Amino acid sequence: MSISIQVSNVSKGYKQYMGRWDRLIEWLVPNSRIRHNVKWVLKDINFTVKSGEALGIIGMNGAGKSTLLKIITGTAQQTTGQVQILGKVAALLELGMGFHPDFTGRQNAIMSGQLMGYSLSEIMAHMDDIENFAEIGEAVDEPVRTYSSGMQVRLAFSVATAIRPDVLIVDEALSVGDTYFQHKSFARIREFREKGTTLLLVSHDKSAIQSICDRAILLNEGAVFKEGKPEEIMDYYNALIAKKGNETVKQVLNEDGKVQTISGTGEAEIDNAYLLNCKGEKVEVVGVGEKVTLCVKVKINLDISKLVMGFMIKDVHGQTIYGTSSYYNGSPLYNLIKGEAVKYEINFNANIGPGNYSVAIALTDSETHLARNYQWKDLATDFSVMNLAHAQFVGCNWLEPKICIERGCFYDCEIN
Amino acid sequence: MFKKIFQYRQFISSCVKREFQSRYQRSLFGAAWAVVNPLAMIIVYTVIFSQVMKAKLPGIDSTFGYSIFLCAGILTWGLFAEIVGRCTTVFLDNANIIKKLNFPRICLPVTVVCTAIINFLIISCLFLLFLMISGNFPGFLILSVVPLLIILILFSMGLGITLGVLNVFFRDVGQLLGIVMQFWFWMTPIVYPISIIPQWAVGFLKWNPIMQIIGGFQTVFVEQKWPNMEGPAIVGLISGGLCMIALRLYRNHVGEMVDEL
Repeated sequence: MSISIQVSNVSKGYKQYMGRWDRLIEWLVPNSRIRHNVKWVLKDINFTVKSGEALGIIGMNGAGKSTLLKIITGTAQQTTGQVQILGKVAALLELGMGFHPDFTGRQNAIMSGQLMGYSLSEIMAHMDDIENFAEIGEAVDEPVRTYSSGMQVRLAFSVATAIRPDVLIVDEALSVGDTYFQHKSFARIREFREKGTTLLLVSHDKSAIQSICDRAILLNEGAVFKEGKPEEIMDYYNALIAKKGNETVKQVLNEDGKVQTISGTGEAEIDNAYLLNCKGEKVEVVGVGEKVTLCVKVKINLDISKLVMGFMIKDVHGQTIYGTSSYYNGSPLYNLIKGEAVKYEINFNANIGPGNYSVAIALTDSETHLARNYQWKDLATDFSVMNLAHAQFVGCNWLEPKICIERGCFYDCEIN
Repeated sequence: MFKKIFQYRQFISSCVKREFQSRYQRSLFGAAWAVVNPLAMIIVYTVIFSQVMKAKLPGIDSTFGYSIFLCAGILTWGLFAEIVGRCTTVFLDNANIIKKLNFPRICLPVTVVCTAIINFLIISCLFLLFLMISGNFPGFLILSVVPLLIILILFSMGLGITLGVLNVFFRDVGQLLGIVMQFWFWMTPIVYPISIIPQWAVGFLKWNPIMQIIGGFQTVFVEQKWPNMEGPAIVGLISGGLCMIALRLYRNHVGEMVDEL
């Protein structure tokens, strides 16, 4: 596979002048000393994307995601380094940018197509597609000022993706618009991927990154912090947004090759977590609908005023299929003393579909892990679910259906 | 860069079209306003100077002499002022698309220049029509204004783009320009003939490049003589230099511009 995007040693610095006159002096006085500081928002970014690959970029606000995208699309210039892109690029950064309110949707569509570098004839050839995809009907010939913001997004997306690009860059722009159009636009992005378009996606949306991307990059404070499988990066990102002060984040490679993320301040610690069947035996394989108990043993390392334990069961794609905490079920514990041990037993029926699952456990002082995070442990334990006793079914839920069937002559029998 | 301009020629032409449409689309009289504005100005000056103040152009007895003199000056000044003024603010005015989209930014001032030229041509057609009807059409001499026009456009473009780039980094440039243009207008013999200026001041005014160009226009239309090309030729050289400065400044700072907007 050839390389589609190559970012090598890219750094971006903004000049900050002390006073208003400093820039003028620097411009006018030859050989004057440098009178500005450079604030680096991107530091030595390196990555490559192979053609046809989908890369997710994750990071907190201010991590430099938007700046990086701007540099890749060529809108902003990097201070040092190089970006090489193969083929035609389309960017969905700010949908509807440059729409003029007094012109009709059609005129604006032509205009933004030209801004993207397409010729008039190319745009006219795709005009019907654009109209059909946007589904805004007659409104396409009305001034854009009469449009709702959703209609503008529909039109802008349709124009930007009318012609399949070699590289598609998507910012969070897609979270606007109604659910129907969101699905439709995601379907189009998937279709492009299948046809070989390289995709660069920036999002905070875990499921979007995990369901589309092959790989993800975590940006933090302007540098590539981590690169790897979307699930692993998302777990790390989650731990990182909770990270404050003296917290530590570490990732360890388990025997089965999966990466486990553990983070937290460490006042309380997960000593052990395992699954028991109804006979009280430790199990790794559970039957659909079987009664099981999740045991979590917690060690208290320092005096803490409040403790909440939360757990999430995740499927093989990292999507949470169920999660709750002792804040919502049961109650928080108060005034725990150093050296104490706490054991939680969570009894439930494994009413979930066959497959492999992992359990993430969090120890915090409130309902979220963002306030105080004592410990967050992904892959604390894992188990498989197999369908041993029930009829064949698909999906992630076991709904215990009762199917009743009546059969008779269509005219004689009244079906209630 | 010129290749890029050529690549985006359709975009530029649409921009120009759109500029005109947006200016007049929602007004009842549409493009008529493009003509009414300079016409009103010409009428005001003609009435005040030639009728009320009885100003006569020395050596010209024609009733329309002063009006023609005024038109020749004001129309050309209008072209110069529009290019310089709009180029100075063009990057700021389009900050939102510059920040968000990747396209050759030089298209923006090019659009401004094209729009200004079309505007000028529309008004000039009316002016020429008036000259023909009133029997003052200079005939073949009219061709001599073509080089003058080219020099004027180059001069305005060079100055405009230079100021436009500077204005992104030092917003004082835009503020200052308004004042400078006021002084510049009245230091150019447009409303008054150069003959009423005292001798010591004429030597001073000769340094005004715009006077050299506009003087040429006035010679062609009022005196119906071949203009002296010496002054304009020097202005042409200055214009070339200005354009070089503009291009260098643009090339060096176009990347930084995005960070400043």
